[in-house]
Amino acid sequence: MRPPGSLATALRRGADRWLFRLGAPEPAPIRLTQRRIYVLPTPAGLGFTAALLVMLLTSINYNLSLGYALVFLLGGAATASIVHAFRNLLGLALRPGRCEPVFAGEAAGFRLLIDNPRAARRPALRLRAQGQSSPFELAPTAETSVLLACPTAHRGRLDIGRTIVETTWPLGLIRAWSVFVPAAACIVYPAPEIDPPALAGDGTGSTDARAGAREGDDDFASLRAHRAADSPRHVAWKALARGGPMLTKHYAAAQGGDVVLDWSALPAGLGVEQRLSRLTAWLLRAEQAGRRYALQLPQIHIAAGSGREHRARCLRELALYGIAPAPPAPRS
Amino acid sequence: MSRIRAWLAVALGRSHPADGLASTAQAATLDRRQAVWLLAAAVLAVAPHGLWLPAWVHALCLLLLGWRGLIVWQGTRPPPTLLLLAVALAAAVGVRLEFGHFFGKDPGVALLALLLGLKLLEARRARDIRAAVLLCLFLQLAVFLEDQSLAVAALAVPGTLTALSALIALSDPAGRAREHLRTAGLLLVHGLPFLLVFFVLFPRVQGPLWGLPADAFSARTGLSETMSPGSISELGTSGAIAFRAAFAGPPPPPAQRYWRGPILTDFDGRTWSAAPATEAETPFHAPTGRRLDYVLTLEAHNRRWLLALDYPGAAGPAVRFTSDHRALSLRPVQSRSRFTLNAYPDARIGLDESPAVLAAATRLPADSNPRSRELAARLAAGASSHAEILARVIAHMRGARLTYTLRPPLLDRHAADRFLFDTQRGFCEHFASAFAVLMRAAGVPTRVVTGYQGGEVNPVDGYLVVRQSDAHAWAEVWLDGRGWLRVDPTALAAPERIEDGLAAALAAEGELPFMLQADMDWLRGARHRWEALSNTWNQYVLGYNPERQRELLSRLGTAGDSAAKLAGLLAGLSAALLLVLYAWAVWQRRTTDPVQRAWERFCARMARAGLGRESWEGPLAYGERLAAALPEQAHALRAVCADYARLRYGAAGTRDPLRALEQQMNEIRLP
Repeated sequence: MRPPGSLATALRRGADRWLFRLGAPEPAPIRLTQRRIYVLPTPAGLGFTAALLVMLLTSINYNLSLGYALVFLLGGAATASIVHAFRNLLGLALRPGRCEPVFAGEAAGFRLLIDNPRAARRPALRLRAQGQSSPFELAPTAETSVLLACPTAHRGRLDIGRTIVETTWPLGLIRAWSVFVPAAACIVYPAPEIDPPALAGDGTGSTDARAGAREGDDDFASLRAHRAADSPRHVAWKALARGGPMLTKHYAAAQGGDVVLDWSALPAGLGVEQRLSRLTAWLLRAEQAGRRYALQLPQIHIAAGSGREHRARCLRELALYGIAPAPPAPRS
Repeated sequence: MSRIRAWLAVALGRSHPADGLASTAQAATLDRRQAVWLLAAAVLAVAPHGLWLPAWVHALCLLLLGWRGLIVWQGTRPPPTLLLLAVALAAAVGVRLEFGHFFGKDPGVALLALLLGLKLLEARRARDIRAAVLLCLFLQLAVFLEDQSLAVAALAVPGTLTALSALIALSDPAGRAREHLRTAGLLLVHGLPFLLVFFVLFPRVQGPLWGLPADAFSARTGLSETMSPGSISELGTSGAIAFRAAFAGPPPPPAQRYWRGPILTDFDGRTWSAAPATEAETPFHAPTGRRLDYVLTLEAHNRRWLLALDYPGAAGPAVRFTSDHRALSLRPVQSRSRFTLNAYPDARIGLDESPAVLAAATRLPADSNPRSRELAARLAAGASSHAEILARVIAHMRGARLTYTLRPPLLDRHAADRFLFDTQRGFCEHFASAFAVLMRAAGVPTRVVTGYQGGEVNPVDGYLVVRQSDAHAWAEVWLDGRGWLRVDPTALAAPERIEDGLAAALAAEGELPFMLQADMDWLRGARHRWEALSNTWNQYVLGYNPERQRELLSRLGTAGDSAAKLAGLLAGLSAALLLVLYAWAVWQRRTTDPVQRAWERFCARMARAGLGRESWEGPLAYGERLAAALPEQAHALRAVCADYARLRYGAAGTRDPLRALEQQMNEIRLP
């Protein structure tokens, strides 16, 4: 539970700036050195301490020399576990990995590439950011890609922000953690409008029952041999996965003319987000149908085209419409 | 039924009724390795308690643990919560019935053990498992309440190891069991220096801090304040150690090893019991003659008497003296304790004994032992002094055919009569009792002294070990001008009992405990060594008390008096230990790749011949340079470097390539 009060948030911000020296995203690789790993007992650790105190009192009361020894041994092991937890994080190097864009409402998958330089396994680690967490472990001297899925609500650029790598290994009594801001961001496209009006010039007439579906309303006709220029979206992956040849799904319909996705042509009553949402839905529809499309936003024009890159470029413009450009690239 | 269960679950704050299903599903998937570690820790913690817990409690615990094992190995469903509640309730009632109360050491341990069994059956979440591990550790501590021997300490090590492994398995479910164990072992090894530092320096307080429950120190074997026929002979078969003594010089000869226990003056015809005596801080006699210094390490007997060697001289403030010349501890001896004592074997005691004491020492019930009275009257007739009576009684007893035996016939009324005239077979208490009856009947003040006689020097560490089987009863006779004189009537019939111990005196009987039999020499040797080891353990580990701590610290040049100073020392040493651990963590281990290690060795060898590898030189370039420097081995050198490069940077080979590489390296001959 995060305290809702703004005071708590302000305190945390202050701590982040002053104690953890967090600010702009750091250049990769982020190396977890001695100075940036913190340790504190967990609630279980406090409970363990309380239990040891009770055991110590019992030992004093009954003059149990071996009781003293047991308490001190356990206390020593728990103390040593501070160093073990610390060591479990020490020397890790993190780089942001690829983040595939997603539509608002889908989960953004942040990838961090974490390098373990030590020739020993690093067990029971956890990556936390955006209120989500993802457990992982690292193989000896290997780089591991760790995925953290975060829900998205709004279009735009989702920075991973304050990120934590933590561990309570080995005894669960001590938590060692490190806070950092990796330069990882995910582009969140606007959520396509559900049940949008028919796309202008859509010969197939999208106002029928199929309109509700965002994808999958393929007018699939046949399979043909794959050509290098074919969109990977149309590759018959299932057939390939069954061991067949690489085939391309051929769509019989979808041969309308070029379409211009024009901001200014939308009804005046629509808000910005609604407009973007509708344009996104249309864009997907056009792409699905195999039509060429151009994007016309205020001050932005993208000439007609199709294919994966074109689609990505247009969606990116829709996602970042009216949003300040990305922060300057991290110092390197 | 299920509604009741849900209600109970809510009432106990255990879970929402809705997530009962979810938690059951979780239980089914609870990691098997975690469950096995936890089970092992629980078994190791509970098993030793079988020696002290009521049998049904222990059996129930093992049953619950077995059930858990069945769930782990057979995949049986965990028992319903209601059943567990019923078992818990029944167990609590059973404990209440067994002990009569809940508060105290024994019912507490029983409840803890049962709780652990139940907790294990319902352990589903991480918190449950942590709680169960803490219960295991508490039970481990509870073992020490009963027994702190070396063997128990050795058993505690695997117990602690598995408990820690259970915690590690909880945080690292993906790891293998060997890794868990290894980490736990490493943690214990790292914890060991802390144990040593804290054990030595943590300020020791003489407990108890608060009133202990009544059952804190249960009945122990040993002497009592009364003696009736058979009470000492039952100690005769016990090989348990009563106390140890370390003498500053050579120990006294066996015939002088009389360790003084309760003095029994009051006699009701059957049972001898102690009369009240006054206490003082100094002995009631003037110590004269030789002085023997020794340190007595007394096993706990929960009584105040110290069993000092006859006759005790003034000792430290923790020792009191009684008017019947015993040494007492200030408090009952509830744990193994050390006392620095001394003895004056030639001292005269009771020279000016009070008439009241002497009167009490001649009292004899009128209706008991008529034949003995008649015999005493006959012996005393015409005697001019008490000394003469004494001589005549001794002569009579020596002449009578009395047999010393550990298994005397059962005697009821007129025990002295029956022993002297009918059965003529008895243990030391019969001899002492009959002698005292005769003497009192003749009007001579006499009392029975119980204690220990003899003891055996352990050749390994030189300690004199006195066992329960050395328990003995003798008599003291008061003669005018000479005070109380020790007379040991047993010695009249069986002098070897005094000289060589019980084993020698009873050799023919074949009824001795196994260990006391004389022909088990090799076994006795082993026992000597084991007991010397145990003694060292007792003296230095278990006996490490506030006094020893002060002693050790002053020897180390630190005054242990100031707690602040000790705390500072502890903090400093702990910080230093943490720093060492920190250095270990930060220190980057050299590469563990065997190929790399072999290569580094090879390069170092070449370097000794002046052909070291430059830091910027790749293996192939280095190989060329080596080949140029040692042309006659050029081929082999190139091969070594190329193979290393292939093994290090290329794809893995097929046939034990490292071995081949190493062999190649070894074949290089340096000029």
